[in-house]
Amino acid sequence: MVIETQGLTKRYGRVVAVEGLELRIEAGEVYGLLGPNGSGKTTTILMLLGLTEPSAGQVRVLGLDPVREPLSLKRQVGYLPDSVGFYGEMTAWENLSYIARLNGLPPALAKARMERVLERMGLAEVAHRPVGAFSRGMRQRLGLAEVLLKEPKVVILDEPTLGLDPEAAQEFLKMIQSLKSEGITVLLSSHLLHQVQAICDRVGLFHKGKLVLEGRVEELAQRVLGGAYRIRLEATPLNGLAERLQALPEVSRVQTEAQGLRLEATQDIRPQVAKAVLEAGAALQSLVLEQPSLDEVYARYFQEVRHAA
Amino acid sequence: MQRSSASRRREGSPWTGLWAVFFKEMADHLSSTRMRILEVLILLSAVGAVYAGAQTLRQTISEDPFLLLRVFTAAQDPLPSFVAFLSFFLPLAAIALGFDAINGEYSRNTLSRILAQPIYRDALLWGKFLAGLATIALILLALFLLVVGLGLIFLGVPPSSEEVARALLFLLATLAYTGVWLGIALVTSVLFRSAATSALAAIAVWLFFALFWGIIAQLLAQAVAPFDPFDPESELRQTEALLAFSRLSPNTLYAEAIQALLNPGVRSLGPVLISQLEGALLGSPLPLGQSFLLAWPQLTGLIALTIGLFAVAYVLFQRREVRA
Repeated sequence: MVIETQGLTKRYGRVVAVEGLELRIEAGEVYGLLGPNGSGKTTTILMLLGLTEPSAGQVRVLGLDPVREPLSLKRQVGYLPDSVGFYGEMTAWENLSYIARLNGLPPALAKARMERVLERMGLAEVAHRPVGAFSRGMRQRLGLAEVLLKEPKVVILDEPTLGLDPEAAQEFLKMIQSLKSEGITVLLSSHLLHQVQAICDRVGLFHKGKLVLEGRVEELAQRVLGGAYRIRLEATPLNGLAERLQALPEVSRVQTEAQGLRLEATQDIRPQVAKAVLEAGAALQSLVLEQPSLDEVYARYFQEVRHAA
Repeated sequence: MQRSSASRRREGSPWTGLWAVFFKEMADHLSSTRMRILEVLILLSAVGAVYAGAQTLRQTISEDPFLLLRVFTAAQDPLPSFVAFLSFFLPLAAIALGFDAINGEYSRNTLSRILAQPIYRDALLWGKFLAGLATIALILLALFLLVVGLGLIFLGVPPSSEEVARALLFLLATLAYTGVWLGIALVTSVLFRSAATSALAAIAVWLFFALFWGIIAQLLAQAVAPFDPFDPESELRQTEALLAFSRLSPNTLYAEAIQALLNPGVRSLGPVLISQLEGALLGSPLPLGQSFLLAWPQLTGLIALTIGLFAVAYVLFQRREVRA
């Protein structure tokens, strides 16, 4: 177990930022801490790093207590804050070299590592330019370069894709994914659920300081959406088609949309659906199995929570 | 802080990373534009003051045993003395170096990144404080050598060893005085999130002590020890009260310390009664050791004030949330 918390709680005065958090992350996992802004993700991360003291509960990261043993913990854990800033008048190289010195790396080793991480992040050419002129994407990559400088066992990324254009975000996510192949445990937080769902092994959904849902994306979809298989079809005419499809034993729900229908089913029943549509005498234009998205899981979950309340 | 775990100490040394911070900050200071501006200002005023002082000295006191020290303190009418210039500019220099020490890290979003490295907050604060102090010490030393050199050129008299020793002690006192203002700037930089507010607050403190504290000390002294025309001792009491109140200001402490150190003729920094002067050889200089003893309370006061202010900044900073 790389990261483990028990009953982790943080209060700011009377406001509870994080409440009774039980988090267990295994070595080599990519874990997504997801939820809207202000749901306690950053506070959790700061407590994992010992940058904020917990009000109650236990934290162990790599078996170390962040409050009592912060130095050996921070030597092995890399952290990229949500709004990462650098000394703008210093070059990328100088910024990295300051961090290398803070980590106590010997100069020769630091130089070799800095060259390697800058190369890997595609910043080798701009290494000697002042960071003040860097774009948001370049800063973010420089941040990741800095994290890799200490060759960490665990990497914690707070909103790594925030403020990046879609292309840069995809590229950055790919870089994060490549950490997994090196055996680095990754914990990332985000409120952009659809962006990160592809690279997370497991996700935890935060709501008002509590971890309300946790598991693999498909599991969550199965649990919350009732059926993990979502089929979209377009056909003309649509009349009577919905009732006919509802009658299929595997279908749990049918929704009519502008162009076609959306089915939820317990299995992949595309052949049966196609057959039913053709038997009804309609022309089938498309039939697609949709991947469940975390956004939907999230939206549906809170819909249900509100209904229950 | 959990009481139960108070007995368990945190691992490692709080100084880890101190020198990395120190050298980075020092390099920042020495290459920053604001430092250039200050250097030019201080340099100009120093050269002006010394030149004017030397002109006066050449005309008036040609047989003074402490010529070098006179270079520091002599003033020619439109221009104040070198020492007066220093006591005016150095607080400003210290404030300029320290007012954005901590809040600057917040506003650049670098604080959480730096604190995620294997160092304690102690190292960051100490590194910044020491770098500021070392920068000032460097400027002071350069300025001091410049003044001594100029003095030699203008006056042509080499300083005696006692003069050099007194001048070095004066340098130490000046450094302690600057440390107080660096401490004040550090405290405001932790207290206020905006660098402009922090600078303004520090300058307000400086103005308060430079302009208003003298008046306030007088009012307080009059209130505490009212002057009674039929009681001659009440006058003495009032003078002593005034002195006690005005010594709460670092400016007074510094002025008194350098008065004792740079002027060997000064025998007391407070009121002296006629009876105490019995048997004294008026006008004869005190030996260095005695002058040092005279300035000792003021010196320790300045150093204690510096340490106290640093401690306040330390406590405030340790309790600050990393997140802005």
